[in-house]
Amino acid sequence: MPRQGSQNSSTGRRTGTRPGGKKNKRTKLLPDRVERFEIRISGAGGQGIISTGMLLGEAIALGDGRNVSQSQAYGPEARGGATRADLIISDGDIFFPECHEPDLLVAFTTEAYEKHAPSVKPDGLIIADESAVDIVMGNARTVKVPFIKLAEKEFGHPIVANIIALGFLATYTGIVSEKSIREAVEDRFAGTKYLDMNLKALEAGFKLGKEYAKKYPL
Amino acid sequence: MATQLSEIHEYLRWRKRFPTVWCAGCGIGTIMNNMLHAIHDLQIPKDDIALISGIGCSSRMPIYVDFNTLHTTHGRALPFAIGVKLARPEMTVIVVSGDGDGLAIGGNHFIHACRRNIDITMILINNSIYGMTGGQVAPTTPLGARAHTAPYGNIDPPFDAVELALAAGATFVARSTTYHIIQNINYIKKALQHKGFSVVEIISQCPTLYGRLNGIPDPRDMLLWEKENAVPLAKAKKMSPEELKGKIITGIFREDTQKPEYTEQVYELIRKLSKSNGGK
Amino acid sequence: MPLNRFTKDGHPIKFVQGNEAVVWGAIHAGCRFFAGYPITPSTEIAEGMARELPKVGGVFIQMEDEIGSIAAIIGASAAGAKAMTATSGPGFSLMQENIGYAYMTQLPIVIVDVQRGGPSTGLPTKLSQGDTMQARWGTHGDYTAVALAASSVQEAYEATIRAFNLACKLSTPVIVLLDELIGHMREKLVLKKPEEIHEEPRSFPTVPPEWYLPYDIPSDFIAHPSPFGEGYRYSITGLTHDRAGFPTSISAEITERLEALREKIVVHKQEIWDWKEYYTGDARILIVAYGSAARAARGAVEHLRRKRFKAGFLELKSIWPFPDGPLLSAAKHAKYVFVAENCMGQLIHPVKEALAGTHIRVVSVTRYDGHPLEPAQIVHAIKEEI
Repeated sequence: MPRQGSQNSSTGRRTGTRPGGKKNKRTKLLPDRVERFEIRISGAGGQGIISTGMLLGEAIALGDGRNVSQSQAYGPEARGGATRADLIISDGDIFFPECHEPDLLVAFTTEAYEKHAPSVKPDGLIIADESAVDIVMGNARTVKVPFIKLAEKEFGHPIVANIIALGFLATYTGIVSEKSIREAVEDRFAGTKYLDMNLKALEAGFKLGKEYAKKYPL
Repeated sequence: MATQLSEIHEYLRWRKRFPTVWCAGCGIGTIMNNMLHAIHDLQIPKDDIALISGIGCSSRMPIYVDFNTLHTTHGRALPFAIGVKLARPEMTVIVVSGDGDGLAIGGNHFIHACRRNIDITMILINNSIYGMTGGQVAPTTPLGARAHTAPYGNIDPPFDAVELALAAGATFVARSTTYHIIQNINYIKKALQHKGFSVVEIISQCPTLYGRLNGIPDPRDMLLWEKENAVPLAKAKKMSPEELKGKIITGIFREDTQKPEYTEQVYELIRKLSKSNGGK
Repeated sequence: MPLNRFTKDGHPIKFVQGNEAVVWGAIHAGCRFFAGYPITPSTEIAEGMARELPKVGGVFIQMEDEIGSIAAIIGASAAGAKAMTATSGPGFSLMQENIGYAYMTQLPIVIVDVQRGGPSTGLPTKLSQGDTMQARWGTHGDYTAVALAASSVQEAYEATIRAFNLACKLSTPVIVLLDELIGHMREKLVLKKPEEIHEEPRSFPTVPPEWYLPYDIPSDFIAHPSPFGEGYRYSITGLTHDRAGFPTSISAEITERLEALREKIVVHKQEIWDWKEYYTGDARILIVAYGSAARAARGAVEHLRRKRFKAGFLELKSIWPFPDGPLLSAAKHAKYVFVAENCMGQLIHPVKEALAGTHIRVVSVTRYDGHPLEPAQIVHAIKEEI
């Protein structure tokens, strides 16, 4: 019989490599050396969820030079439906490329937030679009950020919310360096008319992340 | 006559492969002869010709002729031919197919080859029946005709291959019969010279199966039937549908040189892109 | 995407899907013809080939179905091109008749099958390894298949290059078995530099046309039918044929043809076999797996070794012809062999066959709900059994 679920997974669990342990105030979400760090980005089809995972993965793998596997799950719809991208970061080999219990969840819709927030590790972090959170869920801390509102207000396009979020992730959580994520975005949009808008959205994300880091430290 | 024979012999694998599998009185040999005369008249080198077929009586033709020959799977001659043409655009690619091979199992490939307008000549040999498997109903069997899988008479309305080719976008479409051999040679020559997808449907006789099952077992009678029922396109235009019932309209139905040819477009894109890529 | 990132020693690097890695593998192996039909989860291969092939002088065509796609690449191969198609379960099923044609006519082609859940339409966006046997026995008649596998994006690139080289060397179809996880997963891909890639060329005849036998049976049993248009006019047919390529019904010629088709793979099997061993030296417990299941198996064996179990892992990077030699050697000290698969158990059959003369207990570890096997599941299954 196939046995599913991951409660006893030894390789699926991070093994206390976080500097200083739990008691100390954490300075970094993603440690310098890690056996397994799980990120889940989730939302609806058409929100650029998989692109976000791709850009983040590229930045961490090629820019920051760490091992990353990025996989995804999506329904048959090209638009709408629930979509997620999973990233596993490791300084060793990645044996199972999907998240068991994310260390970091980024959620863009209520459906995604409510579905995945309960699975986040208690000492993990949830970053959710403020529109996605009706009732705070799960054991991990939820930080609400107005990505979509900002994208609409500043750029007139809700689609750049994910690029703002990428910038935010860099400065607020430190899981990716500003330089690497900027390179990934430049690479992706080089030679297109969208480059300028996306770089501006990224800068807006950097700025927002820094503000949040002061107001709501990790 | 003697010179004609030697002309044809040069194109046959006569040392190795004869006699053919075809029955006495079959029309396919006539069409092979007509095709070889057309090729000879146009002086296309044998090395430049790829003759491709699927499965069936007519699809045995490549075995007997001295070209680059590809005898493939049932119904799939056209996609194989598309692969050959696109990989070696300088080759003259000919597909020979039967009505079952080309219009039933290969019907989807047929309409898409017409749509693409790729420079391939298809000789569609229509004898209204499945010969190789022993006389089953074909997508061209007339209503009411008998076949071994239509023992009480056919109730499946037949395809008109010419109408199908025209509707699907082939740019050269012609029909002839095995009685009209000079016309056949001319149509095949025109088809080979045409840049684009060309279809020449040739109505042929199968005395062994179609003939015997439908009361015309003598191939001479079948040829005479072709002669009597063939109506040239110009004349057919003046006739009523009732008058045309059971007739074979022959002629060139379309010769369009305006529609872009597929292979040329593929290579135009390659030229454009490989230049901007530094020719790597 | 431009190639603008490099490793320190100058290799281009990308963060791409396994499917995109196949595209680069094919281009680097000299593939210049692709015909395909969209099907999840392999479509990115067709999209990548449509984008990249014309830049290097190659032809891309989207056909009307998978039968047309495989027919077109065999036609292109007959005309001398290195040709590939990519598909998934339902399309792979449709292609089977013509794959048999390519075995029979000894025309080199590469087929990438990005496996998804089945039977029938099954699970288009989820993984499976349910085509393991279809890759071996999918078409009718007697023949011997060649199939390679990959468990990472990097390996998908390398397996594709290898598939072209083997196809050209052995003049036969070569199947690359990926699965949805490997096809859609993104990882770092380090591309080879042109000078590092061995490109097996297509074979051309060396004798004058009048002496030429396209389907001769030489000592290595491989016939290399000449590409069309080279002045060697001959007959290619899917009918059982003699050495000149013409249909035959003579018993001796039929027997010799079928035996040559088998022998050409059998005598080269050691060259085809590809595998990787982990801790097999003293392994009492051996795990065997390929593709995405191999990732979980690696995790399981690392865990078991940490817990002082004498566990080892044999990762198969070629599936067919089945690498029985490497298996017997890796299982030398084994009491148990666990075959981990993302299907109800297909790879277990050749494993059992290879180990038939031993006292080793062969156990199946399976998962078939469309999700990848987990290391913990394999560890649990092993602990339950021993």
